[in-house]
Amino acid sequence: MTTQPRPALIALADGTVFRGQCVAGDGEVFGEMVFNTSMTGYQEILTDPSYAGQLVTMTYPHIGNYGVTPDDDESSQPHVRALIMKQCCRRPSNQRAAMGLIEYLEQHGVLGIEGIDTRQLTRHVRTEGAMNSVVSTTESDADALVERARAWEGLEGRDLAQEVTCDETYVVEPEGEARAHVVAFDFGMKRNIVRKLVEAGCRVTIVPATTTAAEAMALQPDGIFLSNGPGDPRPLHYAIDTAKELIATADLPMFGICLGHEILGLAFGAEIYKLKFGHRGANQPIKEHASDRILITSENHGWGIKGDSLPPMLEITRNNLNDGCVEGFQHRERPIFSIQCHPEASPGPHDSDHLFSYFAELMQRHTA
Amino acid sequence: MPRRKDLQKIMLIGSGPIVIGQACEFDYSGTQACKALREEGLEIVLVNSNPATIMTDPEMADRTYIEPITAEVCERIIAIEKPDALLPTVGGQTALNAAVELAESGALERHGVELIGAKIDAIKTAEDRELFKKAMDDAGLEMPHGYFVNTLEQAQTHIDELGFPIIVRPSFTMGGSGGGVAYNREEFDRIVARGIELSPIDEVLIEISVLGWKEYELEVMRDLNDNVVIICSIENFDAMGIHTGDSVTVAPAQTLSDKEFQVLRDAAIRVIRRIGVDTGGSNIQFAVDPATGKMVVIEMNPRVSRSSALASKATGFPIAKIAAKLAIGYTLDEIPNDITRETPASFEPTIDYVVTKIPRWAFEKFPGTPDTLDTQMRSVGETMAIGRTFHESFQKGMRSLEVGRSGWGADGKDLDPLRLSDAEVREGLVNPSSQRLFFIKAAMDKGFDVEEIHRLSRVDPWFLDRLVEIFDTGRQIASQDDILTDRGSLHHAKAMGFSDRQLAFLRSTSEDKVRQARHEQGVRPVYKTVDTCAAEFAAYTPYHYSTYEQEDESVSTDRRKIIILGGGPNRIGQGIEFDYCCVHACFALREDGFETIMVNSNPETVSTDYDTADKLYFEPLTVEDVLHIVEHEKPEGVIVQFGGQTPLNLALELEANGVPIIGTSPKSIDLAEDREHFGNLLRELGIRQPENGMARSVEEARAIAQRIGYPVLVRPSYVLGGRAMVTVYDEARLDHYMETAISASPEHPILIDRFLEGAQEFDVDVVADGDIVMIGGIMQHIEHAGVHSGDSACVLPPHDISAQNLETIINQTREMAQALKVIGLMNVQFAIHDEDVYVLEVNPRASRTVPFVSKATGRPLAKIAARVMSGKSLSDQGFSQRIAEVEHVSVKEAVLPFNKFAGADGRLGPEMKSTGEVMGIGATFGEAFLKAQLGAGSMLPSGGKVFLSVNDRDKEGVVDVARRLQQAGFSLIATDGTQVYLARHGIDAERILKIHEGRPHVEDAIRSREICLVINSPQDEQSQHDDTYVRRAAILHGVPYTTTLSGAVAAATGIEALQVSPPQPRAVQDYHRVG
Repeated sequence: MTTQPRPALIALADGTVFRGQCVAGDGEVFGEMVFNTSMTGYQEILTDPSYAGQLVTMTYPHIGNYGVTPDDDESSQPHVRALIMKQCCRRPSNQRAAMGLIEYLEQHGVLGIEGIDTRQLTRHVRTEGAMNSVVSTTESDADALVERARAWEGLEGRDLAQEVTCDETYVVEPEGEARAHVVAFDFGMKRNIVRKLVEAGCRVTIVPATTTAAEAMALQPDGIFLSNGPGDPRPLHYAIDTAKELIATADLPMFGICLGHEILGLAFGAEIYKLKFGHRGANQPIKEHASDRILITSENHGWGIKGDSLPPMLEITRNNLNDGCVEGFQHRERPIFSIQCHPEASPGPHDSDHLFSYFAELMQRHTA
Repeated sequence: MPRRKDLQKIMLIGSGPIVIGQACEFDYSGTQACKALREEGLEIVLVNSNPATIMTDPEMADRTYIEPITAEVCERIIAIEKPDALLPTVGGQTALNAAVELAESGALERHGVELIGAKIDAIKTAEDRELFKKAMDDAGLEMPHGYFVNTLEQAQTHIDELGFPIIVRPSFTMGGSGGGVAYNREEFDRIVARGIELSPIDEVLIEISVLGWKEYELEVMRDLNDNVVIICSIENFDAMGIHTGDSVTVAPAQTLSDKEFQVLRDAAIRVIRRIGVDTGGSNIQFAVDPATGKMVVIEMNPRVSRSSALASKATGFPIAKIAAKLAIGYTLDEIPNDITRETPASFEPTIDYVVTKIPRWAFEKFPGTPDTLDTQMRSVGETMAIGRTFHESFQKGMRSLEVGRSGWGADGKDLDPLRLSDAEVREGLVNPSSQRLFFIKAAMDKGFDVEEIHRLSRVDPWFLDRLVEIFDTGRQIASQDDILTDRGSLHHAKAMGFSDRQLAFLRSTSEDKVRQARHEQGVRPVYKTVDTCAAEFAAYTPYHYSTYEQEDESVSTDRRKIIILGGGPNRIGQGIEFDYCCVHACFALREDGFETIMVNSNPETVSTDYDTADKLYFEPLTVEDVLHIVEHEKPEGVIVQFGGQTPLNLALELEANGVPIIGTSPKSIDLAEDREHFGNLLRELGIRQPENGMARSVEEARAIAQRIGYPVLVRPSYVLGGRAMVTVYDEARLDHYMETAISASPEHPILIDRFLEGAQEFDVDVVADGDIVMIGGIMQHIEHAGVHSGDSACVLPPHDISAQNLETIINQTREMAQALKVIGLMNVQFAIHDEDVYVLEVNPRASRTVPFVSKATGRPLAKIAARVMSGKSLSDQGFSQRIAEVEHVSVKEAVLPFNKFAGADGRLGPEMKSTGEVMGIGATFGEAFLKAQLGAGSMLPSGGKVFLSVNDRDKEGVVDVARRLQQAGFSLIATDGTQVYLARHGIDAERILKIHEGRPHVEDAIRSREICLVINSPQDEQSQHDDTYVRRAAILHGVPYTTTLSGAVAAATGIEALQVSPPQPRAVQDYHRVG
């Protein structure tokens, strides 16, 4: 190796310590340690705002192989605080690559750590749960670092959406005449969701997380979309209240993805719970009950809705086949539905792609 | 959807003999399918002609037909068994072709048999390139532009438009047979003509070249509910232009971004849906232009394949097993994932390691065939290795290849950069050959940069960069004098995949010293688990690989355990037979309550199925790798005598390192291999051996040959499969041989034996327990001495031996087993020459014939032997020394790969060349021989014109054959000498010209299919040119041929049997009462 390896320490709140080398960035960052099992898609993962506040371990050992291209950004910047790898590729090999991963991490000040037994780390998180952790290139005392990991306040109860939402409202127009107008609440919305809605023929007005129901309705939408986003949905009272108000007052199709799904669930009075280590990967099997089909989906969530807490007017439309987790519900009478996994993929399979045109159709039918 | 209740009895077709392009991966898939369907309470009818398979064990199916896989025979079996359905997708191309024929002839409809897995339309659309191309058009997917043509003239009209290089793909041939890349007009004409000839429908596709594009494969599964999942992506290290079977391949894909991968995934799903494979696995190949990212579809296999076996082993997802369950109506979500237990099979495996497959070639076996790689597959086996990084996995693969290398170079055997010019290295990079990876190493040694190596070899820079990292680590090891005491650097070197042997070479020390240094530094591997899910869920299946990291997941139990060492990659001389023995050892010892631990590196095998043994280590079979496992597991015993030469080569060193080897001691095994010691032993026992000697120089060799008298048989010591063994008729040939052979094997002397011309040969397989020696079976070779036993057809029981000689053979076998203190299996080869019995060879270990004998006699020799080794005597197992009595006749026939090696001569000799074997069982020798021939793809004719041309030694004997054929209604045609000789004995034969005598000559007659059988025994070495052409023509045009008089006699007997009645299929279960 040509570059001088800089030692890095990873300390977990339960006292587990990993030693690796820093390939990008420096300093000390706190976050929730999670793992992602996608073999490709590190750039999309890095830039997905849902990962705000997290330290992400990639289970695939070679990361960075195909470099980084602006086309694959899911937002304007990375949100992952530290990317933990077995091995980071120095020189990408792909005609799409605009730069190498290390350069990209360096540019955005994201810690890149390699030389970690990522499988051991993953197994640890699987058995002990996602936990508060710290990555440091400045601390060499492991015990001290563990103490700091323990002392860190963590992500639970924190409103991260406000940190990643857009500052002001903006509109994206489809090619040709719009089928419907969606007001999309941005809690950390991935670009590909906007792209998919637009591809489905929607005019999309993206509004900040704290937008009120009245403000949204003033935009005269044909439907409401609640986006994905990071962290614990419970502190997002304003969003839950907005959703409640929209459900109660606006007779409009509504669609939520991931955090949006959790918010919608909470708005209907469902209860949520924290998954032990979450679902993060591109190979999660979902059963879509209406079609009796299995869809392989991209997922990224640490929280879920308790199936037995759903009110009678909601029915479960999808379950995760691995652990039975509720992956989607819909209103029995009204055009309101939501999905826990990521139909926009990016990264991951396109099996749930149809939901965007389905939503567009609902809106079109509803206005007609 | 639960399983269909209307299906009770299912027929499976296997893939027949091992041939290039179709190896034991189909035993793996077929065995899985049998197990999966029987689990469901279904009755299984199995057809497969290959006795060395696990699937043809009588316990695997309810009704097992070891019969030729032809549509006629299959229909007869269908008529007997009346199955509800036929599953054609787990037996490779052979099964698929048979199923298509059965469907098209109306046989399936006549007998009310449903095709499950894939319907006939789907199979045809996938297999017929023209239909496939149309289907892809419909699905909006692009393929390389090209044309289907039926004549060379037609083909030539497209040359200008397509532009060289042009890819030629014959329709409906397996493994790319007859295909190629044409760079100029001359090559184009030759390849197109050959392709049209080989294609059963006289058609080839000529298309634009996508040479140098990145090549990918996706393994796809679909269920009846139209759910589709991708099991694995594979990226070829070698770009387009080299058959994927001949490419180094890597899982998962390395150089595709998620966006690009999803394009492939979507396309794969569209392909399987459009082709309409109902259920099960398919393999879809893509090419991607590295410059633009443009993707084209190359082809699809609507069945499980070599790649799906690899994908199964690479991910832990058992494709064939799941495919079988889907075929009977289950959906993916109804089938549990064995490994995680809690999660269903309806997901896409994700892996957290790198898998590398490296092909194993055997060009050295086919002199006259250029060592070049193209779109036709030529490798005979493969090895797979798992590592946490590409570096580690690649180097582990390189040291698993059994080519005498300890990794990717840096082992003292590299091409010498000083003796290679830059031009030669460039040539080695541009023209792919079996040595390509070593040319890349040489290029780096000579200072070529990655860009240049990429430009010349088209290997993606990502892979080359990793190789540079390995290369640099090698340099660092060589230059860092304290590396063996520097824990960090040593650990890094091991993590880069360097073996102790490479380290020893680079540090000019011994492997032992490196091992010791590592132990002192605490640098040892850990074992990780193949779990389908990158550790997201707990794994219950102990399927492990080693790596140099932190955490060890392999939990060593305190059960009684036995390690079985497998055979590594298939090669000629070491194939599925040894894996069969290993699997049997696992089964038997598992039944007896031992924890069985399998170690092997061959992804095609049943032994590396995660549920064959209790625990599987997918690891190279080297002293270093095995010692680690032994140290970790502390087994009660390690079995080395079942896996062929690979584990045997390790035996002495393992034993010296304290490994508890059970069964016959490695010293005894070694003694039997050591000519001098063994000769002494035989003299003590009063057993006769052909006169022989051992030479270390040309002078010694001449002196020995002089003493013994020509012809003599010469070979290097310590070889399997008669490698480099030849019969030498005079001193000049001897001198030539000594020059080439000695350089081939410098540490070992050359063995010279008297050649017993015309002798009858016999093989005996026994199991001994130190007390009793049980004769498992005695086989008589059909070909006379001089043909390697692996290439010779043989018959059990022997049909032409005196009672006295039989007794001598049995007694001598017992004496030798006792003298060698054999515990387990032993094989002896005898020759009877002028009524004298000679011992040719003794191997106190599993032999190639063990599965055949087991199937012929109903006694599972390998299981019995495994139990003996674990301490259960033969009498404890209810066996005596009595030989099994059989009422039927079994014939084994070898299957040769000459059709894959342009320019290779189809003659048999002392060096083994066959890749596989088939078995025919019948009431008479004639019927059994006929079935064996049919199974081997050689349909003995029932009438027509037979060509005869034999050497002087065989003239006398051929008279009777000619007379019998004439009486059977055949007309005869012969070359000059033979014709005159026959006429003198009152037999009329038409005369035909030899090739040098003018036209039309015999080759023309073969080509125009006037001749239905060729009997051609080779002249002596000097004048064999003509014969070579005759045999090549017979091979090329698929005309049955025999090169020995004894083969001709057997053929006549088979033909007579055929005229009485067509061969009658009969299930193995009816021959032997099981148990």
